[in-house]
Amino acid sequence: MTAAVAIIGAGPAGVRAAEVLVRAGVRPRVFDEGLAAGGRIYQRPPGAFKRSAKELYGLEAAKAERVHNIFAKLEKYLDYRPQTLVWDIAGKTLFTLTGGTAYGTETFEQIIIAPGAVDRVMPLPGWTLPGVTTLGGAQIALKTQGVAIGEKVALVGSGPLLWLLAHQYVQAGAPLAALVDTTSFAAKARASAAMMAGDAATTLKGVYYTATLRLKRIPIHEGAVPVAIRGEERPRELLIKDGKGRDVTIACDAVALGWGLKPETRLADIAGVPFDYDEVQQNWIPVREMSGKTAVQGVYLAGDGARIGGADMAELAGARAAWAVLGERGAFVDEDEVNRLERALKKEAAYRDVLDKLFPFPSEILAGLPEETVLCRCEGVSIAGLKRTCAADAVAMTPLEVNRAKAFTRVGMGRCQGRMCGHTASEILARELKCGVREAGRLRAQPPVKPVPLVPVTTEALT
Amino acid sequence: MPKYMNLTRVSGSQRPRLDFELDGARCGALEGDTVLTAAVMRDGYVRRSEFDQGMRAGFCWMGACQDCWVTIEGRGRQRACATVVEQGMRVKRS
Ligand SMILES: Cc1cc2nc3c(=O)[nH]c(=O)nc-3n(C[C@H](O)[C@H](O)[C@H](O)COP(=O)(O)OP(=O)(O)OC[C@H]3O[C@@H](n4cnc5c(N)ncnc54)[C@H](O)[C@@H]3O)c2cc1C
Ligand code: FES
Repeated sequence: MTAAVAIIGAGPAGVRAAEVLVRAGVRPRVFDEGLAAGGRIYQRPPGAFKRSAKELYGLEAAKAERVHNIFAKLEKYLDYRPQTLVWDIAGKTLFTLTGGTAYGTETFEQIIIAPGAVDRVMPLPGWTLPGVTTLGGAQIALKTQGVAIGEKVALVGSGPLLWLLAHQYVQAGAPLAALVDTTSFAAKARASAAMMAGDAATTLKGVYYTATLRLKRIPIHEGAVPVAIRGEERPRELLIKDGKGRDVTIACDAVALGWGLKPETRLADIAGVPFDYDEVQQNWIPVREMSGKTAVQGVYLAGDGARIGGADMAELAGARAAWAVLGERGAFVDEDEVNRLERALKKEAAYRDVLDKLFPFPSEILAGLPEETVLCRCEGVSIAGLKRTCAADAVAMTPLEVNRAKAFTRVGMGRCQGRMCGHTASEILARELKCGVREAGRLRAQPPVKPVPLVPVTTEALT
Repeated sequence: MPKYMNLTRVSGSQRPRLDFELDGARCGALEGDTVLTAAVMRDGYVRRSEFDQGMRAGFCWMGACQDCWVTIEGRGRQRACATVVEQGMRVKRS
């Protein structure tokens, strides 16, 4: 059966897209690999584990409930496929895996790809120890499982999620060893006026989180550089250089790392959407118009999976993309609503620009990491391993870029397909080859976008 | 104190209990726990890395890093962070 319109992802972007389509009388087919709709920010604990929205989402509780309620009301007008991973796209056909075992194929006329983002991390000596997670991982553990990653947790990175997570851990009664921010206090102070002008409500939430942490006397290091995580069976201490360049040792039993997010772009890549390197966000992103339309007919992108914009922007972009789909289908398009959405999208984009410039990925820290640091967690390739490839290739005088380095070193060939190391491999390669990250090239995606089991499977087509 | 990851429950510990099998031994869990949570709560890790033999306890907790693979009887390789424990489920670390 052809579902006229498919949506991948039931986060804020996918839910708003579905809402616009249903109102216009279209019954979209919505795929999400998660157990429940809501996406990352509004992710819910599995069935039996009930907690209040306030406890789960704090200051975002009202927005979370709104997105969940919209989806609950829509559900009977949708063909919703929970726990369904879309792992490949070929022309107008999607390849799916439901519940981890049932393979299927589906066709579509138009598709809105809204798969969200993953944490952008950086390798550190000791980062493969049990008890080291991403910031997002530490948040998901708390939010959906009611567990803290340790009893003395050090948080390291930069960006809004760092401070929000610290606040959430403290609220949940999970003790923090320290918050280590690679962005300096001075940089944040300089940007504060622009942030207030861009989005006062969001900025004030940040100020509130910061203030509560200072009140609780959580050790905070700003403008700091993480050096190593030490420990045998789990982290015992985190070594940093503080804002004044002094060596500081932080006793801890867990560490969470993250420097903003990077879009999950593999499906767009496989669908044939062209990419460009975004110098501001320091990520490769699929090229699309503000409406979400891409160069591939019928393929639209929305939310953090297209470019990091946050949950509010994802809602707007999802709705906007749905109107673009309706336009392509020759249905009625409410131009006033489209204009309202575009104005709001532009306003959000301006605010995001301030955030992105304030919290750049600190690639200079990578340059200082010891050579033996594991770069690829999946296959244990070190930074030295990647650099050796560069040196060997320089001798052979063949142009090197990430995809070739990948073939030689296996960096980015592990089962995470470069989700954890791809961007750092590009940064290191660019430094070695003395070129820009753009010139070092982009790691191309290959199906399946996530590993799928080969055996045993039930091959019932879901059509 | 447990070895490896010191995962700590901070809320929702009043849920019904379940049992499943982890590498042939009984492992307790609370309803709504993922295989990752239950395994790490008990042992502090979920699997061993094939490359450096180090213990791993999940990294992203959201199905992206693939650092939590286990084998579930009847389902093959699955991500422990994306699989909710079911009563009587049989899980192998490799
Ligand atoms: C771990 C994490 C924690 C975050 N926490 C916060 C926070 O606390 N506050 C905040 O403001 N922002 C947070 N963010 C950012 C926020 O989640 C996003 O800005 C927002 O959710 C974007 O909405 P979206 O609809 O674009 O994507 P998402 O909400 O990420 O939704 C995407 C959905 O697509 C599904 N999906 C992805 N790939 C596939 C596939 N191949 N097949 C099927 N389904 C797929 C996913 O399961 C997911 O449900 C977080 C992000 C991450 C990654
Ligand atoms: S912990 Fe990363 S995929 Fe499960």
